[in-house]
Amino acid sequence: MNIQGSIYRRLMLQLVGSAAILAAILFLLFQSFARQLAVESQDTTLKASASAILESVSVQQGQVVADIPYAALAMLGNVSDDRVFYQISRGTDVLTGYEDLPRSLDDTSWTAKYRDDPIRLVKVSRSLPINGSLTTIAVTVAQTQDGLAQKLGEISRTAILIGLIFFAVATILAVWAARSSVRPLNIVAAAVSRRGPADLRPVTTPVPSEMAPLTQALNAFIARLDRSLSQSEDFIAEAAHRVRTPLATVRAQAEVTLRRVDKEENRVALKQMIRAVDESSRAAGQLLDHAMVAFRTDHLERSKLDLRAIIEEIVERQTPIADLKDIEFLQTTAPDCIVLGDTILIQNALTNIIDNAVKYSPNETVITVTLEREGAEVVLTVADQGPGFEADNINALTDRFARGTNVGQTVGSGLGLTIANEVAKAHNGTLTLKQSTKGSGACVTLSLPA
Amino acid sequence: MRYFITACLVLWTSMAHAYEIEAQTEFNAEGATSTLSIISTTDTAVFAPVIASFQVANPQINVNYTAASSSQINTAIVEENAQFDIAISSAMDLQTKLANDGYAEAFDSSSTTLVPDWGTWRNSIFAFSQEPATIVLNRAAFKGQKIPQTRAELITLLRSQPKKYERRIGTYDVRTSGLGYLFATQDSRTSETFWRLTELMGQLKVKLYCCSSDMIEDVSTGQIAIAYNVLGSYAAARDDLAEKIIIIEPQDYATVMLRTALILKDSKAQRAAGLFMDHLLSEAWNEQPINQGQNLRRIPLGPGLLVFLDRLKRQQFLQEWSSAIFQ
Repeated sequence: MNIQGSIYRRLMLQLVGSAAILAAILFLLFQSFARQLAVESQDTTLKASASAILESVSVQQGQVVADIPYAALAMLGNVSDDRVFYQISRGTDVLTGYEDLPRSLDDTSWTAKYRDDPIRLVKVSRSLPINGSLTTIAVTVAQTQDGLAQKLGEISRTAILIGLIFFAVATILAVWAARSSVRPLNIVAAAVSRRGPADLRPVTTPVPSEMAPLTQALNAFIARLDRSLSQSEDFIAEAAHRVRTPLATVRAQAEVTLRRVDKEENRVALKQMIRAVDESSRAAGQLLDHAMVAFRTDHLERSKLDLRAIIEEIVERQTPIADLKDIEFLQTTAPDCIVLGDTILIQNALTNIIDNAVKYSPNETVITVTLEREGAEVVLTVADQGPGFEADNINALTDRFARGTNVGQTVGSGLGLTIANEVAKAHNGTLTLKQSTKGSGACVTLSLPA
Repeated sequence: MRYFITACLVLWTSMAHAYEIEAQTEFNAEGATSTLSIISTTDTAVFAPVIASFQVANPQINVNYTAASSSQINTAIVEENAQFDIAISSAMDLQTKLANDGYAEAFDSSSTTLVPDWGTWRNSIFAFSQEPATIVLNRAAFKGQKIPQTRAELITLLRSQPKKYERRIGTYDVRTSGLGYLFATQDSRTSETFWRLTELMGQLKVKLYCCSSDMIEDVSTGQIAIAYNVLGSYAAARDDLAEKIIIIEPQDYATVMLRTALILKDSKAQRAAGLFMDHLLSEAWNEQPINQGQNLRRIPLGPGLLVFLDRLKRQQFLQEWSSAIFQ
């Protein structure tokens, strides 16, 4: 797998990053807004003070007289401990106050440096008639900005706190958003990985529209896989079917010829030929069975089955073959062994198990068939006295075409236990292979839920 | 005694300095390594105990104490750039102007937190005493007579017996006394009775004084019967005159002056100045100030005090005052 980056991480990074940028913008906006408000409020007070002073300026006997109201400067002291400067001027002449205060041409408010400190100034003016001509009298009131700076410091701290809280909340929301965005992916991934190996149905888990193309592609891929799998199964079944019929003809001809031939070496050759044909025909038959099992597991037809009856029927059918080798069946079957299953599949699986036991049992031995109920399961155990399994590859025997190395001359395709195992799985049951507890011999246990 | 303090009084009529210094005193401590220069409106004799107790705690510091008037202090610092570390003054307006114009250094210490909010401005000016303006009467002159408790009662008294009190009233000459000017301007803000009283005093040929101590002296000798706007603290300090004078805090209102100290920006001995400030303030505010009577009106520190220092405003006020006094 070629993994590059992570959607979750990238989403987190982008969301948290934008939250940080937004928090910074929020902080700057808040601060500049607060600064503007603070300066405006200082301007308002300064303007009120300057207007009150200007109001007190009058002309008496051709002389400009200013009677600064006490409150005009005292009010500035009520707002903050800032230093206060003022000036009353007539044109360029300073009538009273601080002579070196910075000047402005218009009535306005501005910031300047005075005696090494930044100050805020407000200038107001009006015209008074002196000796018959209008003269402009201007009043400038100024204040240092210590109180403003202190207030802004407090506001900045509040703004930082608000920004941090905003960032923290945004980060929590980002984690939540990123998680919930990735969740549908995980849900589909979990749904697909939970599936059994043969489950090739399309994905029907609800997905968001962004994931529709991916899910469609996945479903199309699954459909293609399913088609090509069933095509190859069909092909194998067709091939097996086509091989079986000519094989039957060949076998019949070989039997006929065997009766006519007297020469011993020819007879041996023919017998070998018949044996080979048998092997091929059996393999073809089991391939067909396997294809059938594979098909039916996808479309399971469940009905109530009495395992006891099925077992007894199969044993009865196998008895003539067993008799040829003097093999004896020892049956212990309990009643009430009802399972929900597909008749044909179960029959096929049980036939394969019993057939295997008969096939690999030496002459004059016993096959023990036990059917019993164990809690919520029905357990069938078939034990023979044959060569048994090799401990090394006991679990590989349920793979297709896998055969033990100790089978000797016995004819077999390697599909019998595969079929039994697939049927067991299709019915949520298990197939267990182990050595028989009574000396040598194989012991096959099939457990199905009751 | 481990430390002995030599106080030598040097009377000084200086030609070298443009600002006139009334008296400069050096309080030398044995083994001192630095010198603290204080310029103050308080009489040397009144302030000496404070310096003595400071030097007991800080024997490494010499104190150079200069007594001057409030306007002399202003001239020395603003115009002459004289080297002082601490300025102490009863003229709250001039102290405020010094701080406003950038001559004061901000000071922060555990002792400054003791000072009530109304007793400090910009962390530069610190009040260390509250002194009301009082009316001082000659006890003999008021024998068996109802003592006036308010300005209105005083006005009634003066109107009823103008002959008796002619040339027997005293008050500050506000043209020369900074403190007198401060009291008068604050009076004018507070009540209209001030102008009526001033006019009446003018009619009765009021005697004008430079200082509280002179007024107290003249009241005690009976030269004058009534002195208006006298520093109560100075009058109360004269134990020897207690039999001869009556001190009245007017019941309508009594203006309270805050005596303040500030560390000067140009001070070369900031550390010593800080130590002295700590000593002064912790002595003053160690105990919470007693809640005083309703009639006491504290002069608030702040830029409002700059108003009456304005050239045009002062000119106008003095004009008005003069026309009331000199009829």
